[in-house]
Amino acid sequence: MASYIQIFLVFAKIGAFTLGGGYAMLPLIRDELIRRQWMQEEEFTDIIALAQSAPGLLAVNMSIFTGYRLRGTRGSIVATIGSILPSFIIILAIAMAFSGYQDNPVITKIFKGIRPVTVALIAIPMINMAKTANKTWWAWMLSAATLAAVAFLNLSPIYILLTVITVAVAIAYRNQKKEGCK
Amino acid sequence: MTFIIIFAELFLTFFVIGMFTIGGGYAMLSLIQTQIVSVHGWLDEGTFTDIVAISQMTPGPIGINCATYVGYDVLAHSGAGDLLCVLGSFTATFAVVLPSFIIVLALCKAYTKFSGNTIFTGVMNGLKPAVVGLIGAAAVILVTPDNFPDWKSWVLFAVAFVASLWFKLNPILAIIAGGVAGLLIY
Repeated sequence: MASYIQIFLVFAKIGAFTLGGGYAMLPLIRDELIRRQWMQEEEFTDIIALAQSAPGLLAVNMSIFTGYRLRGTRGSIVATIGSILPSFIIILAIAMAFSGYQDNPVITKIFKGIRPVTVALIAIPMINMAKTANKTWWAWMLSAATLAAVAFLNLSPIYILLTVITVAVAIAYRNQKKEGCK
Repeated sequence: MTFIIIFAELFLTFFVIGMFTIGGGYAMLSLIQTQIVSVHGWLDEGTFTDIVAISQMTPGPIGINCATYVGYDVLAHSGAGDLLCVLGSFTATFAVVLPSFIIVLALCKAYTKFSGNTIFTGVMNGLKPAVVGLIGAAAVILVTPDNFPDWKSWVLFAVAFVASLWFKLNPILAIIAGGVAGLLIY
């Protein structure tokens, strides 16, 4: 059985060595878990599906699920702290070091070049996500309406998401009821 | 006293962000941006863009990196000392993870009941197009005179966009290239 320290170390390693966010972390998490026989391949696939549909970040949700499977609630706390702690320490170090140099002319030049690139990098996942999620015309309409409402009307995304959740629950509930009548 | 209010607001804001993050790190970025920059005005668009760039270049989940950094900067901008800034980082990071933690644990305990739930998957599929729009809005809002001061920045944007979309350029390399270009042309 996996000890708390083992769980912590494995997830700290995953957190410290993955660049590029949750999806880049998945193969590493898979290797670590299956190599240690903490989980079967099949179970891992199931957990990904659940972790993706729960709110929050994929990597964090994966660590909560896996930690729970291994050692219950305490295991999930240990795994979550493990996966977050390296980021936390690295970012803190950068934030502390950077706060004194923000007005440095060289740093300003570098970030002047980086800023437009960053905006482009935010637009890319939107396009990739649209390719898989937007299969109908009303899906495109919903995307466009959300974009316009948030970017141009300054509406809070929270209200939009709440509205969409309400409508989606109503539709899903009605569909299920229909199937039940057959 | 004012710091206590900032901490309470920071916790509540990031808790809500964590609860409504559907679709991963970039969805979280767009929520952090609208809540922190647009709603609370704690940071400006330029500072936020820099934080996003740093979050992409450092290891770990982008959303966590961003929350940790924003937590630090919000306190730093309101004149707090180092220790309070670190506490700000901790508050934001803890608050953003807490909803996932509660919900995922609940899912773990109800795993067998949950796996066949069509309402849940229906809702999640319905939300995805809205999340696409949300991330798009995050990109549009960051197109400010501060981030795009001249035509050169638009060239950088176009090159980064095409290279990432068509040639699958690694985001970290793209950011490094942007920094080098900034040093050379400005």
